[in-house]
Amino acid sequence: MRKINKFPELWFLVGGLILLVGVFLADHLLNRYLVHILILMGIYSITTVSLNLTNGYTGLFSLGHAAFMAIGAYTSTLLAFPIALREAYELPLLPSFLGGPEYSWPFFPALVAGGLLASIAALLIGAPVLRLRGHYLSVASLGFMVIVTTFAKTLRGITRGSMGINAIPSYTNIYWTYLWLFISVYVVWRIVNSRFGRAMLAIREDETAAQALGIYPMKYKLLSFAVGAFFAGVAGGLYAHFTKAIRPFEFSFFLTFQIVTMLIIGGMGTTSGPIVGAASLIALRYALKPVEEGLQIYGLIELIYATLLIVIMLWKPEGIMGKRHSRMS
Amino acid sequence: MFSLGYLLQQTMNGVVLGCIYALLALGMTVVYGILRLINFAHGALITLGAFFTYFILVRLGIPLVATIFLVLGFGGLMGLVLDIVAYRKLRGGPEVALLITSLGFYTFIENFMKMVVSPQPYAFKAPSYLTTIFRTSFLTFRTIDLFIIGASIAIMWCFHLFIKKTKMGIAMRAIAENLEVASIMGIEINRVISVAFVLGSALAAFTGFMWGAKYGQISYDMGFLTGVKAFVAVVVGGVGSVPGAMVGGVILGLAEILSTAFLPTYFSEYRDGIVFAILILVLLVRPSGIMGVKEEVRV
Repeated sequence: MRKINKFPELWFLVGGLILLVGVFLADHLLNRYLVHILILMGIYSITTVSLNLTNGYTGLFSLGHAAFMAIGAYTSTLLAFPIALREAYELPLLPSFLGGPEYSWPFFPALVAGGLLASIAALLIGAPVLRLRGHYLSVASLGFMVIVTTFAKTLRGITRGSMGINAIPSYTNIYWTYLWLFISVYVVWRIVNSRFGRAMLAIREDETAAQALGIYPMKYKLLSFAVGAFFAGVAGGLYAHFTKAIRPFEFSFFLTFQIVTMLIIGGMGTTSGPIVGAASLIALRYALKPVEEGLQIYGLIELIYATLLIVIMLWKPEGIMGKRHSRMS
Repeated sequence: MFSLGYLLQQTMNGVVLGCIYALLALGMTVVYGILRLINFAHGALITLGAFFTYFILVRLGIPLVATIFLVLGFGGLMGLVLDIVAYRKLRGGPEVALLITSLGFYTFIENFMKMVVSPQPYAFKAPSYLTTIFRTSFLTFRTIDLFIIGASIAIMWCFHLFIKKTKMGIAMRAIAENLEVASIMGIEINRVISVAFVLGSALAAFTGFMWGAKYGQISYDMGFLTGVKAFVAVVVGGVGSVPGAMVGGVILGLAEILSTAFLPTYFSEYRDGIVFAILILVLLVRPSGIMGVKEEVRV
């Protein structure tokens, strides 16, 4: 058994090195616009990979990914914002248990803290909802998104309300992004190819049968939801330190919808699908942007995303990378 | 400030909003009962219905009675189209495929509307006979409030009779109970499901008209939160239960209005959040809802 397990890890090591070289070359050879697009592809890939764990492998259909991104974005921004600028941008200084007013966090721990807070939120929301069968989670997580954006708008003392936070230092670069993408792909892959992952797949295929085999579904559902939320939170933090400004309305239903579309088009429950989906849809968006602006028809990109989603669902529901597998009913 | 008149007034506002939620929840609960589909496209039908009535009632000045029938027909037609184009093809596959497709249709329709009617909200100037104000010592209301409450009660009563007494209604309940057995008994599943979609969509389009006439403003994205809240009403009332949907809708409407009316004004911004807090509370305490029966587990 051990021998079989060793090989894929080796491949991850090789893949990681190739990725590092690729990122290094991209950083030095490509122009800033293309690097910008690559970073965005990376961030969306992280969110899609993490959504895949929940929606693809465990079969829970969460629509709250934008909320976890918002939590991660706001948390990491507030922790890592430079002390000198805090007063000018009306942001609070850190309380003593977070390091006190004289301290602002380094980027990496701030990202992790954002991810952890997102996971805690996922546990809180998941505990009542995941006990149930059916797609209650979709509506509850959507509701959670509304609650989170409402708080982001109303807690003006902390988040500056609908004005949002500007002048966030741009810590996110292509190395951070692809490091986190690598981590998220590895963690999701490691979970899926373990005892946990097999239990998750069993729950997805048939929860009652899984229970009959001694799997306690709640534990695995919560785990996958919380891990998914963690990486969504991290991606939110990366996003905030990439766009340098966050506002509550950005973390809306449409953000979730984009991530879901990327996942479906790439292929739910596959390793490469989420990345393929995220990269191709971001590429499509940047290809269509001049068209949308030239013709002044706003909403065109969303319309095309929705059309793609419907077309894929009707004719190739397993996605680009997915294989059609026969299901027993 | 919190006088009896204020309480009555806010209760009435809550009931009016609740009626709108209840009508939406009716259509959703029937579809959910049969297909286990949370039909996000239901919300888009509200938007479509609202703009449809805006163009024929406000712009063209078609009489109210004709408008009502036209908007019902329009909504029903859209429901039929969605069912035939998409949902029928997905039946028998994984349940989540339906959910995702309905999400796609919602976004499609929303952005289509955004392109066609502009992203700006429209002022919905209802004809004067709908906005005549009546003042009594306790209550102030307009004709549209009476119309919404009256029409809702009438529709709910008809719907109740339809589900209980007619052959089609009995077939719907049979399919909701067990699709395979119903099919073996010779019920034409596809036809019954189409009828459920047509009825639900017609009601959703009709509530779009009510929403516009009552609140005076319509926009391309108005249907989203309203549709999701209607599903919350379904869960609160008890999934698959027709009386539950009505009760859930009214409770949700009352909770939304009364919480904004009686909590300090600071909380009014949390209005949408409160609805979903109720959802999570209900799922914690009584997951089967007020009138629902505990769902049996089928393998």
